[in-house]
Amino acid sequence: MELTGAEIAIRCLQEEGVEYVFGYPGGAVLFIYDALFNQDKVKHILVRHEQAAVHAADGYSRCTDKVGVALVTSGPGATNAVTGIATAYMDSIPMVIISGQVPTSYIGEDAFQEVDTVGITRPCVKHNFLVKDVKDLASTLKKAFYLAKSGRPGPVLVDIPKDISNQKCEFGYPQSVEIRSYHPPTHGEVGDIKEAAQLLLGAKRPMIYAGGGVVQSGAAGKLAEVARLLGFPVTNTLMGLGGYPATDKQFVGMLGMHGTYEANMAMQHCDVLLAVGARFDDRVIGNVEHFSQVPRKIIHVDIDPSSIAKRVKVDVAIVGDVAHVLGDLHAVLHGSKKTPDQQALGAWWKQIDEWRSKNSLVYRNSDEIIKPQFVVEKLYEITRGEAFVTSDVGQHQMWAAQYYKFDQPRRWINSGGLGTMGFGLPAAMGVKLAHPDADVACITGEGSIQMNIQELSTCKQFRLPVKIVALNNRYLGMVRQWQEFFHGNRYSESYMDALPDFVRLAEAYGHIGMRIEKPSDVEPALKEAFARKNDLVFLDFKTDQTENVYPMVPGGKGLSEVILAEDL
Amino acid sequence: MRHIISLLMENEAGALSRVAGLFSARGYNIESLTVAPTEDATMSRMTIVTSGSDEVIEQINKQLNKLVEVVSVMDMNEGDHLERELMMVKVRAAGAAREELKRMTDIFRGRIIDVDAQFYTIELTGSGSKLDSFLQAIDRSLILETVRTGACGIGRGERILKL
Repeated sequence: MELTGAEIAIRCLQEEGVEYVFGYPGGAVLFIYDALFNQDKVKHILVRHEQAAVHAADGYSRCTDKVGVALVTSGPGATNAVTGIATAYMDSIPMVIISGQVPTSYIGEDAFQEVDTVGITRPCVKHNFLVKDVKDLASTLKKAFYLAKSGRPGPVLVDIPKDISNQKCEFGYPQSVEIRSYHPPTHGEVGDIKEAAQLLLGAKRPMIYAGGGVVQSGAAGKLAEVARLLGFPVTNTLMGLGGYPATDKQFVGMLGMHGTYEANMAMQHCDVLLAVGARFDDRVIGNVEHFSQVPRKIIHVDIDPSSIAKRVKVDVAIVGDVAHVLGDLHAVLHGSKKTPDQQALGAWWKQIDEWRSKNSLVYRNSDEIIKPQFVVEKLYEITRGEAFVTSDVGQHQMWAAQYYKFDQPRRWINSGGLGTMGFGLPAAMGVKLAHPDADVACITGEGSIQMNIQELSTCKQFRLPVKIVALNNRYLGMVRQWQEFFHGNRYSESYMDALPDFVRLAEAYGHIGMRIEKPSDVEPALKEAFARKNDLVFLDFKTDQTENVYPMVPGGKGLSEVILAEDL
Repeated sequence: MRHIISLLMENEAGALSRVAGLFSARGYNIESLTVAPTEDATMSRMTIVTSGSDEVIEQINKQLNKLVEVVSVMDMNEGDHLERELMMVKVRAAGAAREELKRMTDIFRGRIIDVDAQFYTIELTGSGSKLDSFLQAIDRSLILETVRTGACGIGRGERILKL
């Protein structure tokens, strides 16, 4: 049967089992929207800004193992989507973004709403396509989904000119896809895995450092098996939180710039490091030279060879899917006659417990003023640690990561790599659609929330009762903190004057707003908000303006050169 | 160190900009870049001359391999290889210089491919350093125009870059 390009695009989404498309219509995608109108399998969520469409699809993907899909028009539709695409790219999130383009005969003529979308997005996609023939459309979309999901996941953009979406051709969705230049690795080399096992079993001061790759490959269970078999300490990166249960006794907390003292010290002083689905980025190990001063053997497992030996030299490189490799590693360790050196391990744990006793996440609570950490702790208690938590970017993001103890993967949804303010609310929409019965909280600040606040309207239209936990300190807190530490208390443009009344703003959008100014009101407010299952509640917590995030490893410093709250 | 990296990639619009974009985005050097279709019309072969530490060269190879349209990558410097570059030089060839330019062209095994009462156009093939030497060997003030293709490379013997 002959279908138009627009109908083909929608049929492809149906074939891929796409439940939700997040998008915003416009001239170049009118035929596609017309095709959407005539069916009800794929549901469209109309956002209020294209950036939010991509973040929402991203959030949907992060909390499931599905590909998120966004649909935007040409020109400004595509450029607005770029921040969302780059966010997904930095965190390796599988997404397909369909953008409209001006008709093929207009391309290059500076037509109305024309932009070189493929050119603009090239550096921030896993791959992208411009469809020039309607006969290629179905196979291109098939490839897009395959590329997005396989190997190291990432966003793939398909640019469809308006005339292509209106031309007809025979439709058949390819059953399989073969790209001769693309062969993502699966299993790691057996020899490398055996070598890794030997190193691990010979370790005196071992450490497991696990990142977002563990979450993405669904390897949390395998990681726990390996860690428990060995009895080694485990740390997670910001992206990896939930990849290992935070309440487990082997967990030493998040590492990095705002990681726990014990995680960073153990990372710095270990003699054998197993890095899994993590990439030694600057916010994790700080100064590379400082990190490399301590001799240690590094085993690096990653699906992307270019992540290995990018910033630090490694001794055993294992290229493969993290879940496969950890499964194979477990089998080798399990079958080995050798066991870890219990005496050395005991001494190492004793050292780690000593570092732990510094209690680096302790903060001075107050009866007068709401401490942001306290809000996150109460949120954790009231949601029994089971909520899906999205966040924006800044101090609140770090407090959320430090004080909400994630025991399961895909519960912590944040923009780790790109650090995109405005991510939290739209991401929460995607999460709520994927898990309508679950508690979904968006931890944010008064700065970040205003970067996509218009989505309160989307939440109203689609009845998305997320809970917005705004830690409102009337400052761009992380900027303020850096200015306090490194710029002589010159708070250049970090104070947000003329803030809106968020309670009335929430009400204006048809939601419930609550302002909480006393520590004693924190718990009752959170309880009330979460009891309102069907309402979006905007909780505006007036928090301590001068609270800082500790511990802190300043930019460019080594992991052991940490500033603790007690030092000040 | 200078490296010659050869790669096969899908002969598709945009593939070249993916490679060029990768080099600029990640701050890698490009000394020269040449690209042309191969005997298989669906594939192009590109030769990139770059330089960097061993770590940087390793990253370049990995990053190139990561591009979806890149079929295969070979670092020529990992084994024996041949390098050739074509240059055309237009020179002022009048008076005493005319004979001297002919002599230098012969010494460098070049050819004069266009002759005029005032000018010669000399064609020269060889490694990049040979072409550099020729330019240094002739009177610089006589050079009116030079154009070089950039290097292309091929492995010796059994070193073959194929799909």
